[in-house]
Amino acid sequence: MSLFKAEFRRLLKRRFVRYMTLGGLLVLIAVAVGTFATNHKIGPAEFAAAEQQAEQQYRENVRWATEEKKQCEQAKASGNFDANRFPADCSQISPAPRDAFEARWFLPSTFDFRRQFEDMITAWAAILALVAFVAGASFIGAEWSTGGMMNLLLWRPQRLRVLLTKLGALLTGLLGVALVTAAAWVGAFWAIASLRGTTEKTTSGVWQSFGLTGLRGLAVVLVAGAVGFALASLGRHTAMALGGALGVMVVGQFGLGIVLNMAGVTFAEAWLLPTYLLAWMQKKVVLQDWDACNATYTGECKPATMEIVWQDGGTLLAVGLALTLGAALWMMRRRDVA
Amino acid sequence: MTAVLEIAGLRKTYKSRRRGARQALDGFDMTVEAGQVHGFLGPNGSGKTTTLRTLLGLIKPNGGRMAILGQEVPAALPVVAGQVGAIVESPQFFPHFTARDTLSLLADAGRVPQTRVMEVLELVGLQERAKERVKTYSLGMKQRLAVASALLKNPKLLILDEPANGLDPGGIREMRTLMRDLAASGMTVVLSSHILGEIQLICDSVTIISRGRRVAAGPVAEVLAQHSGGGLRVRLEAVTDLPVAAELLTRAGAQVSTHADHLMVDGVDKPAAVTRVLAERDLYVSELAPVTVDLESVFLELTGTAPMPGQHRQVDESVVVGADAPAQGGWGV
Ligand SMILES: Nc1ncnc2c1ncn2[C@@H]1O[C@H](COP(=O)(O)OP(=O)(O)O)[C@@H](O)[C@H]1O
Ligand SMILES: [Mg+2]
Repeated sequence: MSLFKAEFRRLLKRRFVRYMTLGGLLVLIAVAVGTFATNHKIGPAEFAAAEQQAEQQYRENVRWATEEKKQCEQAKASGNFDANRFPADCSQISPAPRDAFEARWFLPSTFDFRRQFEDMITAWAAILALVAFVAGASFIGAEWSTGGMMNLLLWRPQRLRVLLTKLGALLTGLLGVALVTAAAWVGAFWAIASLRGTTEKTTSGVWQSFGLTGLRGLAVVLVAGAVGFALASLGRHTAMALGGALGVMVVGQFGLGIVLNMAGVTFAEAWLLPTYLLAWMQKKVVLQDWDACNATYTGECKPATMEIVWQDGGTLLAVGLALTLGAALWMMRRRDVA
Repeated sequence: MTAVLEIAGLRKTYKSRRRGARQALDGFDMTVEAGQVHGFLGPNGSGKTTTLRTLLGLIKPNGGRMAILGQEVPAALPVVAGQVGAIVESPQFFPHFTARDTLSLLADAGRVPQTRVMEVLELVGLQERAKERVKTYSLGMKQRLAVASALLKNPKLLILDEPANGLDPGGIREMRTLMRDLAASGMTVVLSSHILGEIQLICDSVTIISRGRRVAAGPVAEVLAQHSGGGLRVRLEAVTDLPVAAELLTRAGAQVSTHADHLMVDGVDKPAAVTRVLAERDLYVSELAPVTVDLESVFLELTGTAPMPGQHRQVDESVVVGADAPAQGGWGV
């Protein structure tokens, strides 16, 4: 317990970790403020305004069509008719029907809590996972590269215990930040929905679904922290984890994506990590192959599809965690600290 | 006396993919008795730091046995760690923490009361600067902080790897006094160094290492005596008797060289033998003095690192002691 207390204190004292967390909070705030600013409550006044705008657009269209028709007829009469500009029969130029201008298109965007909060949970998890990865990597990486780790091992010559306690302190910190921000996140978006949208139909079933999504998001955050921690411990440097992650992203994902596309591999996204993370958060991602034609009995062409479900994403997360953390622990046991 | 630290047959080979294997320790032995200040001497790269790292469980040996306070390490390291304070190589701390935070975190990790933090900082003279970040410290100040961290748990065994590194003369003297006081209070201190004057001044006993093997060990006076080559300076009451005396001593098996007013005698077991041989012939000795050497010359002789004119000695060019030759004399194993 004393070691845990020391490590938790160390985590809180680390400036980089603090800045990183602060940065994450600022991004979260920016997202919330942005959502607040770009959404509006819709009442009778907004409906009337939208109706008016639709009407105005329709009139504009009528005016334009009339003008165009007149010019077409004039051109035909004067003999310098431009076939590229006008149809052969000038009477074909007619305004779009009135019902083509629906009022709802002119309504400002509004925040529907029931429909949109799910994506906001994913955004929250993504932002926190990034913070967790970098903070986790820096927490142990700087410790290794400055010799602090060696010092600590002189004090507590139990390598696995020291490493796992550090990881425990990190995860505890992350959990704390995640819970606090999650509560604030729900509060903020409930307020946004109340003020700039609607909270209608948020049934207990919906809440339950949000809760589960939130838990999956929390898992992503903790795994990201642990993987960053493990990679930096393996490389004994923060930069190792960050560089490794960047390398995987740029070469392994971006590059791989391009190559797979060029090679014409079907379901190229199935090879890319974000697809799985998305599947984990959204329960299912459906990939479509537009080159394949599955004719339906109506003669319509349907693309071939491939489903990636949350279990696939979960397996990937678990395997990634087990591999990196296992390697870090194994190295910790046997390496020379010199 | 009980041994606080015992090392026998320690071997360590560093393996590196690029440079292949390097044998840093090759059957190294060391014994430190309780309550002593023990000097651990050796040229650069002779394996001092490697020995201490291995002892403290930072690196894994390829063979040999080690015990601290009578307990086998590294197995018992978690048990004895609370009684061992150590700094290894240059002091390394997280640069953005203050000295106080650094020690306070260590105190927490090692279940040491927080009040001890300011005590040790005071002890090493860093009290005033305790709230500054370690990044802003000079090498000597970091060294002091390292000593403070080693003292934090009030250990029974204090291991310091080149603690005088980077200290100013005043600091070296303070460190010397501190170590004397600590030893007087019952702490055993192991001090690795290549500063010989330092060791000779404060150490009770020494171990000299060269190329990963022990080449000498024992109380400082004994090591010096052993390596004065047993040389004696002999004066007689009458200078005219010197040739006779030389003759007698040579016949008794000693190597003698005659000088204007004295003889230099080598190869006798005890100085008393000289007196006896001469007294039997009614020759009386007016001075019988072992030729004094200092630790530096012993060190240079034993490790073969004395400078040669016109040569640039490379770091690994120390003497190699035969694998089966015990570390000379009775004060070895
Ligand atoms: N991490 C390491 N990897 C490879 N060789 C090493 C390592 N550490 C030390 N050595 C080698 O081991 C030998 C002993 O080094 P060291 O114990 O540091 O010497 P000392 O402390 O006596 O100056 C040297 O030849 C050194 O180059
Ligand atoms: Mg050294």
